[in-house]
Amino acid sequence: MSYPTIDKRMSAADIAAQIKDGMTIGIGGWGARRKPMALIREIVKSDVKDLTIASYGGCDVGMLASAGKIKKLIFGFVSLDVIPLEAHFRRARSAGEFEVMEVDEGMFQLGLKAAAQNLDFLPCLAGLGTDVLTHNPDIKVIQSPYSEDHYVAMPAIKLDVALCHVSEADKLGNSYIGGPDPFFDEWFCRAADKAFLTTEALVETAAFDDDHKIMRMPIERSLVRGVAEVPLGAHPTSSGPDYGIDVAHLKAYSAAAKEGWSDYAAKFIHTDDYVNSVGGAPHIRALPLPVF
Amino acid sequence: MTRFSLAELCICAGADIFKTETPEVFATVIGLVPRLAGSLAKKTFLPGLMMSDGEYYFAAEPVPVGNRGGYSPKKEGRIGYERVFDLIPKGNRHAFVGPVQVDRFGQMNLSCIGEYAAPKVTMLGVRGLPGNTVNNRTSMFFGNHTKRAFVPGEVDMVSGAGYNPARYPGRRYPRGLDHRRIITNLCVLDFEGPDHAIRVRSLHPGVSFEEVQGNTGFELIRPKGLSETAAPTSEQLDIIAELDPHNLRAEIFKDNPAGRRAA
Repeated sequence: MSYPTIDKRMSAADIAAQIKDGMTIGIGGWGARRKPMALIREIVKSDVKDLTIASYGGCDVGMLASAGKIKKLIFGFVSLDVIPLEAHFRRARSAGEFEVMEVDEGMFQLGLKAAAQNLDFLPCLAGLGTDVLTHNPDIKVIQSPYSEDHYVAMPAIKLDVALCHVSEADKLGNSYIGGPDPFFDEWFCRAADKAFLTTEALVETAAFDDDHKIMRMPIERSLVRGVAEVPLGAHPTSSGPDYGIDVAHLKAYSAAAKEGWSDYAAKFIHTDDYVNSVGGAPHIRALPLPVF
Repeated sequence: MTRFSLAELCICAGADIFKTETPEVFATVIGLVPRLAGSLAKKTFLPGLMMSDGEYYFAAEPVPVGNRGGYSPKKEGRIGYERVFDLIPKGNRHAFVGPVQVDRFGQMNLSCIGEYAAPKVTMLGVRGLPGNTVNNRTSMFFGNHTKRAFVPGEVDMVSGAGYNPARYPGRRYPRGLDHRRIITNLCVLDFEGPDHAIRVRSLHPGVSFEEVQGNTGFELIRPKGLSETAAPTSEQLDIIAELDPHNLRAEIFKDNPAGRRAA
């Protein structure tokens, strides 16, 4: 007898359709680096609303904010790296358009790790003495059961869905991140009920039988519910080593924060030919990797 | 007398922060002045200082700032973000950063200004300041020493912790809380006053204590025998020029003023 083979291939639109009103969504990458932007654009196109977004934020947060998708934002920063301040986030945050849970970057990772380990919280010192506690009255300070020390009990950031972008994946959900830093992608996936990936390329499993690549495969395939092949799917963020940040595009995007979001969205989001709308594949592939 | 710019004076004063550091401190240096300061310290008196390439690797030698041409960082290890956050609570790290506001307690703001629910000005977010400040040594750079940066009362959103006992359980400071210095366009400040009060450590050449106090929203401690910030040596200036081959430091201050004010 034969058993069903695992095949998690789907389209970016299929993945976006898994996201329902009111869900908590974690987004991998960091700032303007390796963000699953094709999925963000699909969410912007959809009718979904009232999302809680957890992200080491960049233009993923900015676009979702300008599209009015965010009910609550869990974040430590929102930045485009090469452009320090994220204009869309700034506009929406200053307009009070969503609630915030603003925490230290390290607290954020503990929140993901607590969720991944099925714990209510993980303790840390970060947050003590700051307004992170003032503005997040739900975050408790506890006394150590072993000493007089006090710790912040960083609550689990439980995600309904995690979205990440990788360099290569197979149809089983194995994945390889070609850039040096995996950031916190595996923790987003482990903190989530379901993880979905976009990948620069779909490959055969045999492609991962490689001692170098295997060191850059942090996401367990059992966490992954769907894989969509979307070449250049991180643009305008980088996906090292294949392409860098599109600084010129991000500048134009930033300029559209005050007014002009609808023009930006019409041109670059509500399009069936995104890659050509931003200058074509050779242009994107030639974008230099960022220098920090 | 060697000519030097205000930017170069600040870089050298920043390097001096690391004079009292441990031989293998992990320095996180954010912004051009802190980065060149840490790099200068490593190139001169603290070769074991650990710093990153700004992205993912520990660099065996400081990476020059700006366009690298054919240069690639000399890797000696990995220091991705997860590793950074896992290391912060261990200590032996010095974060030299550029917040937007600071108050008399050394509390810093990088988040927002105004009403928290809908801030007048939204900045980056608290980033790693909460974790840095209660675990690691902290220094700061301010390019514009004014009362808008050195605020009366407390900063609008306390992102980095400071010496404000009312904010801690049992009024006890966390063991790792250890603020060292603030470098500004006017002076060097430290936290060596009574109960870590902010003190003027040295004045940049041609700057008076009264000018510094007049631009600060809280009272500063004036030590006896207040000295002048040490001028860069020609060796330091040569090394800074190698570390900053495109002279990005000329853009730090408007019109790139001299480090020694014209009388």
